[in-house]
This record gives sequence, structure tokens and C-alpha cells, in this order.
Amino acid sequence: MASRPSLGLRSRLLSAFALLCVVTVAAVAGGMYVQARNDILQRTQDAAVQAMRSHLESLYPLPSAAPGPGELQRIARAAAGQDGSAAAVVAVFHGAHAQAGAPGGWRPGGYAMPLDPGTIPKGLRGAVAGGVLAWQRVEWHGVPFLIIGTPLLIVEQDQTTRPSGIEVYLARSLLPEQQSIDGLAASAWITGGVALGFAVVLALLATRGVLRPVRELGRAARLLGQGEMRTRIAVRGSDELADVSRTFNHTAAELERHVEQLREMEADARRFVADVSHELRTPLAALTAVAGVLEEEAARLPDPAGRAARLVSQETLNLTGLVNDLIEISRFDSGAAALALNEVDMAELVRATLRVRGWSERVHTELESGVTARLDPRRMDVILANLVGNALKHGAPPVSVRLRADPHWITVEVRDHGPGLDEAVLPLVFDRFYKADAARTRSEGSGLGLAIARENARLHRGDLTAANAPDGGAVFTLRLPRQAPDPEEGPE
Amino acid sequence: MKLGGVSRVLLIEDDPAVREGLELALTGHGHRVRAVESGEQGLEWLRSDLPDVVVLDLMLPGIDGFEVCRRIRAVREVPIIMLTARGDDIDVVAGLEVGADDYVVKPVQPRVLEARIRAVLRRIGQDQAELERHGDLTIDRAGLVVTKRGAPVGLTPTELRLLLRLSSPPGQVHSRQQLLESVWEHEYFGDSRLVDACVQRLRAKIEDDSAAPVYVQTVRGFGYRFGPV
Repeated sequence: MASRPSLGLRSRLLSAFALLCVVTVAAVAGGMYVQARNDILQRTQDAAVQAMRSHLESLYPLPSAAPGPGELQRIARAAAGQDGSAAAVVAVFHGAHAQAGAPGGWRPGGYAMPLDPGTIPKGLRGAVAGGVLAWQRVEWHGVPFLIIGTPLLIVEQDQTTRPSGIEVYLARSLLPEQQSIDGLAASAWITGGVALGFAVVLALLATRGVLRPVRELGRAARLLGQGEMRTRIAVRGSDELADVSRTFNHTAAELERHVEQLREMEADARRFVADVSHELRTPLAALTAVAGVLEEEAARLPDPAGRAARLVSQETLNLTGLVNDLIEISRFDSGAAALALNEVDMAELVRATLRVRGWSERVHTELESGVTARLDPRRMDVILANLVGNALKHGAPPVSVRLRADPHWITVEVRDHGPGLDEAVLPLVFDRFYKADAARTRSEGSGLGLAIARENARLHRGDLTAANAPDGGAVFTLRLPRQAPDPEEGPE
Repeated sequence: MKLGGVSRVLLIEDDPAVREGLELALTGHGHRVRAVESGEQGLEWLRSDLPDVVVLDLMLPGIDGFEVCRRIRAVREVPIIMLTARGDDIDVVAGLEVGADDYVVKPVQPRVLEARIRAVLRRIGQDQAELERHGDLTIDRAGLVVTKRGAPVGLTPTELRLLLRLSSPPGQVHSRQQLLESVWEHEYFGDSRLVDACVQRLRAKIEDDSAAPVYVQTVRGFGYRFGPV
């Protein structure tokens, strides 16, 4: 389960917004960029071609059909014109050629392209040789150039034309145009970036508006799940989310009412048990007092009366045990159980529990020494006596008790080597009046022993768990925090 | 303080069935029992009679067990065993504060009550006759008399036993468990509040300032130690 499910929703919304923005900006800015770029280049080309044509027209009529180097030079210079827009010009006639640089030569920010027959693209030369005016854009050292090539035509007497064999090529830097196109692209990028940032901010605001109620709903639901039955949400506005909030509040109120009812019923039931137990105590106190007398007399009584006396005496003790356990558990229920803390050596405590009950010989112990803790020795004894007693009674020997400690926890394991517990009943063994053997409707114990043991463990902020050992036998594990609860009471 | 044979028990218990049951049981164990049903009657009896031990129910009509206990302590050092309802921890603490020596939880098995009675009545058998001096305190182990600057200190048998136990030898640390076993004859898991309450009462009687004890010192995390003075 994701701990913050709203994050997923937020990132999804954000990406959707961002994607939308990017696509829109790319479409608009990209389209405009392409359009503008084409326009600029087209206009430049047209202007250059026009200029070159008008310069060349001034040469006509051509003085000779086979010009010498001087003549070629004149043609090249004429083609270059005076306005300085051409970077370089070359006039070619068969093998010979003449170059003319533009006045000023260099262009800011780039090389002048050294134009000679070798650097003119072959495709362009082919097209010009075919008798048409052609142009091509090339890159020279990163600077874009436009090369325009035209054949010089000879006009015959009958107005027909034929190629004179003279070709004139002009290279014109496109750097200024490139720069203005780059400017266009940059502003498209900037516009796109700003729009994206704006979209993200908008998206954040929008998701916040949606997610805040959703997150609040999630938080409230979690609190409700943790038992905070009073959790409610402030309903804002009248949209769908407000509806959900209202529904949540209504559900929570119903839930609170039901839980409250159940709690009251349970508290009533527990109070009843506690009251009954307390009421039973006084007659039991009288019964217990005479049970001993009766038992001692039983030996001297004739048989039916003697057996009856023994039975009454024994059952009085059992009943007393049951009532005492009931009172004990109702003290846990009412929160009246308190710890009488004492500094105790755990190994000594385990040994004393076994010794007091005469179990020392029957139980194998493996006790780490020097493990001391502040705890309630009487309650520890209750836990250990219950676990070991169960193991001896219901499990099979050898029964072992193992005490271990690390810096944080003290662990006591009580295990036997019997068949172990049915996996299905493992979660139930700490339930009140749970009997592992359904046929055994009554046993010597009250059926509250393990429940009380676990309550005692929890009172120490520890826990008691049941499991089966891999190689057979039940294992009950008592875990106690080493830093025991340190309430203000207890011996100094 | 009576031993071995017959001891006189004053039983103060309001419930007739419990009173009769306990009377039967204690009589069966060979005690001479005087059973009364209220604190007033009990105190009345104490004026003329000298019981060896008082078994006192805390929940009494009229003046309650705590008050009875307090009034008995004002005039006598007789051991008092409280009868308490299980789980009424506050009762136990309050009862020990007003001077009870021990307590049992109802319903109590006669065997358990008998063991507690024997424990509070047991003579502290010490043969050494010499007087021990610890600062202003003199302990006469044979005569079982404790004096402070020459004036006798009135200690209950339990307080006296605790003092004798702690002071032999002085300086040795006794854990609460050890003291419960040796002084109260409880098993290991007895209620250590018995020790703490008795130490408080003992300090109130023998120390100059019980907030800064010289004789019975607390050893945090371990237990108590006598002196060294």
C-alpha cells in the first residue's frame, strides 16, 4: 500500500498538464518558426538572384565568345556588384576562372567563402551547365551561404539564345538571415519555456485544489481506521468532493455510534463479570476457610461423607482459582492492573518459579546469567508458572526454558517436545476460556491462564506469542523490553 | 509473643460466614481465637486482652480497618495481618502505611493464613548476648531490645526482625526478595511493598531524619543495607 497515494495523482496531473503545454507550444511555435524561416530565406534568395541578374545584364553585349582572363575578371567583378552583398564571385569559362571578392572581403562573424570551381557543388554546376539559373544553400565552416550560379547566354541575331560557356557563381553569406532565424527559434523556445512554467504552476494550483480535499479524506480515513472515531472533515463548496466529504462524515458518525454501542455492551458485559466475581468472593472466602478443615476431617469420616468432603474441598479450591482469575482479568479490562516494579535477576526469577513449584528437576533450563530488569516479579512468576505448567501438563518432556537477552529485549522461551499445537488454534490459544481440546470441557485450569499471562506481558510492554518449533513441540515466547516501563511508583 | 503452642488470635471480620469459617480453621490449627464483628469491638477487646496477633479485615462497617490498625498501632506493637480483597492495591499500600505487618488476599486458604501467622510470631532466636552499638543505636539481640541514645524504641516484631536481619552483618546489601523470604517467610515472589513499607516505618522510628537515612539505606536497584554508621 502506498503511504501517500495522492502523490501519484499529483504527478499524473502534472505530467498531463506539462505534456499538453509542450505539444501546444511545439505546434504553434514550431509552425510559426518554419513559416518565418521559409519566408526569410525565400526573400533573400529572390533579392540576391535579382541583384546578380541586373549586375550581369550590364555586361551585355558580351565582347567575345571566348573571353580571356582579363575578360573573365571583368565579368566576375561586375557580378559582384558594388553593394557588397556578395561574399565572393567566380566566373568560369571551361578550364579558366576568375575570382572577385566582395568589397570589404570579410563578413562579420564568418569566413568569406573562397569560391572556386572546386568548392561549387557538383549538382549546381550540372544544373548551370544545362543552361539555367540555379542556386543552392551550403554550409562553409558553420556559416550558411547561398550560392547562385547562372550561365551567360549569347543572344543570336534571330533572338534565340545559346550558352556562351561562361558561368558566373556568386556566394552570398546567409549569416544575418541565420541570425534572425536563430532569434526566432530562441524566442520560440523562451515562449515555450515560459508557457510550460506557467502551465506547471497552473497545474500545481489545480492539483492542490483537487488533492487537498482528497488528501484530507485519506488522512481522515486513516485516523478513523486507527480508532479515532471522532474524525470529521470540514466540507467546503458544493462540488463532488464536498459530496464525498459529507458522505464520509455521515459514515464516520454512524460508525462512531455503532462502535460506541458495541463498547458499551462489552463494558457492560465485563462489568457484570467483575461484579459477579466480587460478589462470589465473600461466600467463597467462607467456603475456602472451612475447606481446609473439611479436608483434614475427610480422612476420619466414613467413606461417602469423606469422599464428599474431599470433593467439596477440592472444588472449592478450583472455584476460588477461577474467581481469582476472573477478578484478575477484570482488573486488566478496567485498566486497574498496576506494576509493582523491582530490580530482578531474570535467571534467579526463573529458578525461583521452578523451585517454588517443585519443577526444578523436571525442567531443563538454559539461562543467560546477569540479565537484570525492572519488572513485577509476581506477574513474571504468573506468566512463567502458566507457561511451564501448561508445557508439563499438556506437552511432552523434555520441557525447557531458555533465557536470552540482547540490548533491547529479554526473551524467555518455554518449549515442550509434544505434538505441538494445531496451526488452526495457534491464534486462539490466548483467548479467554479457549480449550485446545474440545472434548475436555473442564480442566484443572480456569481457561484464563494464558489470557492473563499475555495481559501481564503486555502490561510490561512486552508480548507473549505461541508457535510450533520446526522439529515439533509448542514454543511460547515471552519478550520483554529491557527498558521496562518506569512509572513514578515502585520502590525508590 | 507466643510460640509453638497456643497463640491468641484476635479476628476482626464483619461477614459472619467468613468469620466463622476462619475461626473454625484457626481453631483447627490450634489457636485460641477471639472473633469479633466490628472494629469497635476489636479495640474494646484489646483494652483488656493481649492477643499475640490481630487478623483484621479492612472493609468494616463503622470505623474501617485502616483506622482500627492506626489505633492499635498507637498503643501496641502486636503484629497485624490484613485481610484484603484481591486487586485492591491501594488498600494494601494504605494498610501497610498505617502499620500492618503483612496481608493476605481473600478468599484465603487457611494454610496460607496459618503460615503468615507463624511467620509474624516466630521468635528471633539469637544467642549472642553482647550489645551491638551502631552510632546512637544499641541493639540487644538476646533481649530483643533496641535503644536509641538510651531510650527504648518501640518496634513491632516484624520491624525488629527486619532490623536484626539487616544489621547482621552491617553493610551487607539485602535484596527485597531476600528480605521477604527471611523476614516475612514469603516465597520469592512476595509483594516487595511489604519491605518498602516496613523500612519506612522502621526509619520513622530509628532515624533522626527519615528522608536522609543513616541506618537503613536504600541501595538503588538492589535493595537495602544497614549502615555502615
